[in-house]
Order: sequence, then C-alpha cells, then structure tokens
Amino acid sequence: MQKFTKLSGVAAPLPETNVDTDVIFPARFLLLPNKTGLGAQLFHERRMRKDEDETPPFVLDTPPYDRSEILVAGRAFGTGSSREQAVWALADFGIRCVIAPSFGEIFFANCFKNGILPIVLSEKEHAAVLAEAIAARPIVVDLESLAITLENGRSIGFEVEAHRRRSLLLGLDEIGSILIDDAGAITAFETRQRETHPWLFLNQARLGRFGDEVE
Amino acid sequence: MSGQTLYDKIWDSHRVRDYDDGTSLLYIDRHLVQEVSSPQAFDGLAERGVTLRRPDAHVAVADHAVPTRLRANHLPRGLAGDQISRLVRNARAFGIPYIPMNDRRHGIVHVIGPELGFTLPGVTLVCGDSHTCTHGAFGALAFGIGASECETVFATQTLRQRKQKRMRVTLAGQLGTGVYVKDIILALIAKIGTGGGFGHAIEFAGEAIADLSMEARMTLCNMSIEAGSRVGMVAPDEKTIAYVKGRPLAPEGDMWTRAVETWRNLGSDPDAVFDREVELDVSQIAPHVSWGTTPEETLPVTAAVPDPRLEPEPDRRARMERSLAYMGLAPGTALSDVSIDRVFIGSCTNGRIEDLRNAAAIVRGRRIADHVVGIVVPGSAAVRSEAEAEGLDAVFRAAGFEWRDSGCSMCVAMNDDRLRPGERCASTSNRNFEGRQGQGGRTHLMSPAMAAAAAVAGRLTDVRNLDA
Ligand code: SF4
Repeated sequence: MQKFTKLSGVAAPLPETNVDTDVIFPARFLLLPNKTGLGAQLFHERRMRKDEDETPPFVLDTPPYDRSEILVAGRAFGTGSSREQAVWALADFGIRCVIAPSFGEIFFANCFKNGILPIVLSEKEHAAVLAEAIAARPIVVDLESLAITLENGRSIGFEVEAHRRRSLLLGLDEIGSILIDDAGAITAFETRQRETHPWLFLNQARLGRFGDEVE
Repeated sequence: MSGQTLYDKIWDSHRVRDYDDGTSLLYIDRHLVQEVSSPQAFDGLAERGVTLRRPDAHVAVADHAVPTRLRANHLPRGLAGDQISRLVRNARAFGIPYIPMNDRRHGIVHVIGPELGFTLPGVTLVCGDSHTCTHGAFGALAFGIGASECETVFATQTLRQRKQKRMRVTLAGQLGTGVYVKDIILALIAKIGTGGGFGHAIEFAGEAIADLSMEARMTLCNMSIEAGSRVGMVAPDEKTIAYVKGRPLAPEGDMWTRAVETWRNLGSDPDAVFDREVELDVSQIAPHVSWGTTPEETLPVTAAVPDPRLEPEPDRRARMERSLAYMGLAPGTALSDVSIDRVFIGSCTNGRIEDLRNAAAIVRGRRIADHVVGIVVPGSAAVRSEAEAEGLDAVFRAAGFEWRDSGCSMCVAMNDDRLRPGERCASTSNRNFEGRQGQGGRTHLMSPAMAAAAAVAGRLTDVRNLDA
C-alpha cells in the first residue's frame, strides 16, 4: 500500500451532504473488472455536462481543483453501498485525503485499505477548512503530527485510530501482519470454538452433499 | 455489573485477541461471496499465493449482474457475463461451493443465506455488500465489508474491528391495516436520519417485534444501513428457531439440540445497558414513500412534496433543492398526485414470499394502469417456486405484471433491468440514490403493497384507499 505521511496543496470543496457511493461511482460501472483506471468514472454523472453553457463544470474539473489531492466533503460522505470502487476511483483520480464531518462507515474503512486518509472534523473546524478550499488557499495535512495547518498558521488537530495511522505511515499490509502475528491465536480460537460451537464447522461430508446437488 | 446485549454476547464469543489500541481481531464464521466485490479479493489472494483459510465458511452466488429473463443456460454477453464467469472460475479454483444462475437454490445473497441455513443465530457473518445487515434478523452479527476486507476474510477468517456502541430501537404498538414493516423502517430513517445509526449496532426490540415474521424482520434489519448502521439485529426466538430447522446447512441431530440451547441464551439480558435508546410507536405510522434521493427524504403518502424555502438550515435546503431538481418534483405537490412509469417489486428488502403475497393481495382481480410497466422479481428461485405453487404468478400476470427469475434486477443498474433517464419508478428496494436504478431514473421507495397500489392507480397512492 502507498504510504501516507504529509500532503500539501489546495483542497477541492464539495460541501454537499449525503454524497453516496452511487454518486461517487455509479452502479453501472461496477461491471468493470479492475481496480485501476477507475478515475474516469469518478463522479461520472456530475462531470458529464448536459448543457455546456449553463452547467458549471464539476469542481474536480475546475482549475486549480483538478489537481487537488485533498477533498473537503459534506456530512455523511460515502454513505450507501460498500463498493470499494468508490475509493479506488478517488485514488486513481489522485485524491489521497478526504475531510468531512462524518462518513459512511464502510467507505471510511475502505479508505484506509487503499492509502487514503479520511479525516473527521467537527462542523466548526470543517467549516474553517472548507473556507480555505473555497478560497483556493493551500493547506497541509500531516499524519505524523495529526494536524491540518492553514495558510495563516492556524493548526487543527484530528484523530486517527493508532493502528490505522501506523499502517498508513508505513504503508503496511494488514493481511500480511495478521498472517504473521496472529496465526497462532486464530488457530487456538478455532480449536476452542470447535469444542464449544461444533455446528459452525460444516464438515466435508455435509458440504460435499451440498456441493453435489449444485450441478 | 450490568448485563450484556445480544451484540455484546456475539462480539465476546468471537474475539480472537484484543490489541492495545482498543480494537479486536474478530473471528468470522460465515462469508457470502458475490460477483461484484470478490474478483479483486480473489486476485489479491492469487498475487500473495495464499489459499482460503477455511473453504467451508464461504458460499458463492452471482446476483447483481444476472439477467432476470430468458436466461435458460446461457450467460449474458459482455461485461456482465465476464463478471459472472470470473466468479465461477474463482469459486472452482479456491474450492468454495458456487450456486449457478439456473440452480433451484439461486437468489440474492441476502435471501438465500437464510434459506440455506447458512445464516444462523449467534454467528458472525460478512459479505462484500452493505445489506449484509439483513442477516441480523436471525440474531447474527452480520455486516457489510469492502473488497479488501473480503480478501482479509478469505486469507485469515478474521477482521480487525472496533466494537460499536449499542443502540436499541423499541417498537411499541400494532401496525394498522395497509401498513407494513417497510413503513416502520422508512419512518425510523425519516426520524433519525441516514446518519442516525452511525457508530452504533442497532438492536430492534419491543412488543411489535414478536409479531413480525422472519421475512418482516429481515426487511427491518436490511435497511439498518440506510439509517447509518452497519449492524441491525433481532434476538432469536421460537420463530427464528422454527425457520432455521431443517434447512440444508442447518445443524442436525445432537448438534441441533446443542445449538438451540445456545441460541436461547443469546437475547439481551434484562439489565443490559444501551448507549442510545429510540422508541417508535408503530400504531401511529402511515404508509410511507420517499420523495428525494436519500432514504431519509421520506414522508407519509398523505403528505405533500416539501418546500426547501421553509428549511432553515442551508446545507439541508441545498440538499432538498438538488433532490427535487433530480426527482422533477415541485414543492407542494400532493405525493398522491405523482404519476409513475414503472413498478419494481423485488430486491433483498422486499423480494420474499410474504412481500409477494402482500403485493398480490392488492392486485388480485385488478389491472395495472395502461401507461405503467411493472415487473415482479422474486428474491430467490425458492421464493419463485413457492409463489407459483400458491398461484401468485398467475395473479401478477393477469394484472399485467411481468414475472421474472431471481436476482437483484432493478434494485441496481448493473443488469438489463434499468430505468431510462427521467422515468419514475415505484420501487420496493432500499435506495433512491441518483442513478441507482439507471442513469437519470427517479426512485420512490415504498412497501410491496404500496408499489402494487401505485401500479394499479398509475401514480403514488395510499393503499388504504383502494376499495376492497
Ligand atoms: S437487491 Fe439491491 S440492495 Fe440487495 S444485494 Fe442486490 S443490489 Fe444490493
């Protein structure tokens, strides 16, 4: 996974609330087979302009925001479906950090698996960062010091769960660490559970029968 | 010390270890695998050269991308077909059972998990799909995960999680005639908002729960995610046990006796403490329909389209304006004056036998309006054959509905069943997001009976007003 330590630059403002994962990555593109190259479908409907004169271009297509690595979003960003494509598309587009007052929970968890830092701020602090984004003033997001610094020097602290911070800082792979550190504990748990809850282990005979019926 | 909740009990019995930052490694008993969220996870395993830790803990089925008509033995062409065949190949390569599209056990993951007895009380169950909370109806700790987490479960049979807060939603009173469990969950979401359950595991409790069938409890838990919670649960009772008994993968013989003993002790202790309590008197609920593009934008069908100018909070006002523009609705219009083009009865929310019975009871002896195209899509092949045995297919066909094969269908624009731009649909699914049912499509969420009534009237209508 790509490491995340510090980012600086102009953040893109998208203050709309309840931007769901169907808006971030429309369902019909879920048939695409890969994780990469999905940036083209990111916010697809919003970026498609019906009427060139009347509809202003989408924020991520408007300089200087077309090169933003930080997105300042509204309440409940990424609510809805669990599709990780929403995160892959953001990553592919170049977004590395999303700042919002709240997030859809599955989206939030998916970000950390893909080197994207989601930051929850109080409504007040969020408003301050949003104002910077709207004014196109650069900000700095520092995961080591857990602070966002505005151009005027103001510093806004944020929290990240310790293990998630560590994984992002070091670019760690969670599966790798579970396999290395916890394999023994998992086996011990399974041995215990086989005693106390034996019905949870579908034996081969049972599954075989089930499998055979499936032609 | 206070007692434990249902959620606490399952959490505790699945903790492999605790980390010093307060998270735990949680053991996962069951994993349902579908075509959309699994390919990248399988690829990841192949890259690592890792096999499944426990192939017996997974069952695979394709539901999102499958066609719901003319599918006798051939896959759709193009990307959808590719996605399905990729699942078939992966299931074979990694040694997990795959249920083909034309198998009698096919269906939407969240419909067939319980039908197969794969879903059991007290288990931890995950799927790369946010509506996995459906299985909480059995007193399981079930939640949706992303594709990366699917890979973690394949490889380790665990997930690193932080325990959520506990929220109890107590449902009091009895539902009125023409009002269904879908109305309860829509009313709850309208009340607490799509962020109302953030960070919480919901347990539904109260006198109204005992009356609800397993199908109804699944509808309730299914939309917990629309209330912002990944987890919605109901404690197992005798109805739960009766539903599970004799299912193909349910425990048998001595194992059954031991399992049932455990299940009877899963319910929250009387002195258990919840972090948040919400109460809802269900006898006061009217049939609900959504008017906007988020499930919280929902009102009783007797109401009118709201006016954003009356909303003081700027964020909310902007959101409402955007929703109304997308939905093509003018403030002040009576909801019952809104004309519709399509009706979709199905999905993991309302594609079960009871849903089809409720809808059929409304359309029996009636015709759907001339300008309306309606489809009924059973959630599984088993639901389909049960409905056919009861003659429900004939009722729907006679009324002018199309009778389809099982799948997600028009709940999600990933297969042939889609709305065209501007088309308006009365839908029994769970999400009214922009483009969810097709680019530019407009979704109104409601119960199966309300969708059936809308089909007959050609517009949104109060099912209680249809003459008997
Ligand atoms: S029916 Fe709809 S909500 Fe349910 S699993 Fe399928 S696409 Fe998801």
